[in-house]
Amino acid sequence: MKAKEIAPDIYWVGAIDSQIRNFHGYLTQKGTTYNAYLIIDEKITLIDTVKDTHTDEMMSRISDIIDPSKIDVIICNHVEPDHSGSMPAVLKHCPNATVVTGPTGEKGLNMHYNNNWNYHIVKSGDTYSIGKRSCQFVLTPMVHWPDNMVFYIPEEKILFSNDSFGQHYATPQRFDDEVVKDFALFEAKKYYANIVLPYSGQVKKELEAVSEFDISMICTSHGVIWRSYIPEIIELYKEWAHNVTQKKVVIAYDTMWKTTEKMARTIYEAFDEKGYDIKIMDLQVNHESDVMTEIIDAEYICVGSPTLNSEMMANVAKFLTYMRGLAPKDGRKAIAFGSYGWNAKSVPHIEQYFKDSNFDVVLSLNQQYRPTEEDLESIKAQTINVLS
Amino acid sequence: MKKYVCEPCGYIYDPTDGDPDGGIDPGTAFEDIPDDWVCPVCGVGKEEFSVLEE
Repeated sequence: MKAKEIAPDIYWVGAIDSQIRNFHGYLTQKGTTYNAYLIIDEKITLIDTVKDTHTDEMMSRISDIIDPSKIDVIICNHVEPDHSGSMPAVLKHCPNATVVTGPTGEKGLNMHYNNNWNYHIVKSGDTYSIGKRSCQFVLTPMVHWPDNMVFYIPEEKILFSNDSFGQHYATPQRFDDEVVKDFALFEAKKYYANIVLPYSGQVKKELEAVSEFDISMICTSHGVIWRSYIPEIIELYKEWAHNVTQKKVVIAYDTMWKTTEKMARTIYEAFDEKGYDIKIMDLQVNHESDVMTEIIDAEYICVGSPTLNSEMMANVAKFLTYMRGLAPKDGRKAIAFGSYGWNAKSVPHIEQYFKDSNFDVVLSLNQQYRPTEEDLESIKAQTINVLS
Repeated sequence: MKKYVCEPCGYIYDPTDGDPDGGIDPGTAFEDIPDDWVCPVCGVGKEEFSVLEE
């Protein structure tokens, strides 16, 4: 495998995982990449590694440039195994290499790999020289693990951002301007919604810290490198971190005998009359990670389920559990709706998830058995009423 | 009043600031925070916090 030179003496030596579709529950329709980088300087430096399933691919790219035993420094920005998974394999080649990471990074690496590697521990504001270049570190805890950090090389104006600004997007191209721009930005949005969203408070701190840097390239750990659309991706991160919403609603539901679906369509009509951008998503066919992508900038979230044996439908429970973990901290406005035969339990269950997610439940709608025209008119009128 | 640090994520609870978003008023000592309070950054419980040595 060939390495790709992305700047003089700086190479991408990562791996392309085109086949992966389930990334711990996140549907990765376009696969992903694990980006590792190699810098040839006085100290030969490897930046992150790849998932252990792709160790051979990375080693082959490293070997395209140098003998891996010559690696002097491995910088670990994030302990999660899709980035640190190949570290034991690399360190077999260069057992005396220095592992540069933060204090929680060291703790995490020890717990993952039970090692006695030579560590150099950095904290925010520290600089570590690798020769002609220096690395300036910023710890970014909980974006999205405790150990996350990023660093900047002023001599190159490159930010190595690890998961921040990343996208699950497998492509042989390495740069944002070599792919369809909207694909890259969409996958960055999906990534934020499914990985980073609950940590927006920490993202704001990170954005403030990196705003000090004059950046000409953002080398992420997944997907393409940003060089042409840096202002766009930074601006989007600001919007997402600040929970900027659009005049938009997401209506997600499951249905048994079409009553809840009719309610969903009636709620749709109400939002349509009020001029909202609407995403209506049947949870039987839409993955919860795709629903999250739409929620990120939606003002309203409406969730519907019929009652099934005193519970909501399992598809809805699955989605709500996933959403509660990722819920934006500032909350959203929410509508719970659902049908029932004799025991109206689904809507209270949905309301509870909304409350746990810090959402403001502005309306709850229950419908027994089949809705009449009058029932549907009432649902629409009540919905329009809360939007007025 | 002592500051406390969240061992997993490094968040520092400063009693001067409290955690208003989490329902903890400024001026609340860490010891007086209810047991069901969680770290506003990473979500772990009080038992994961230790006194910050400065």
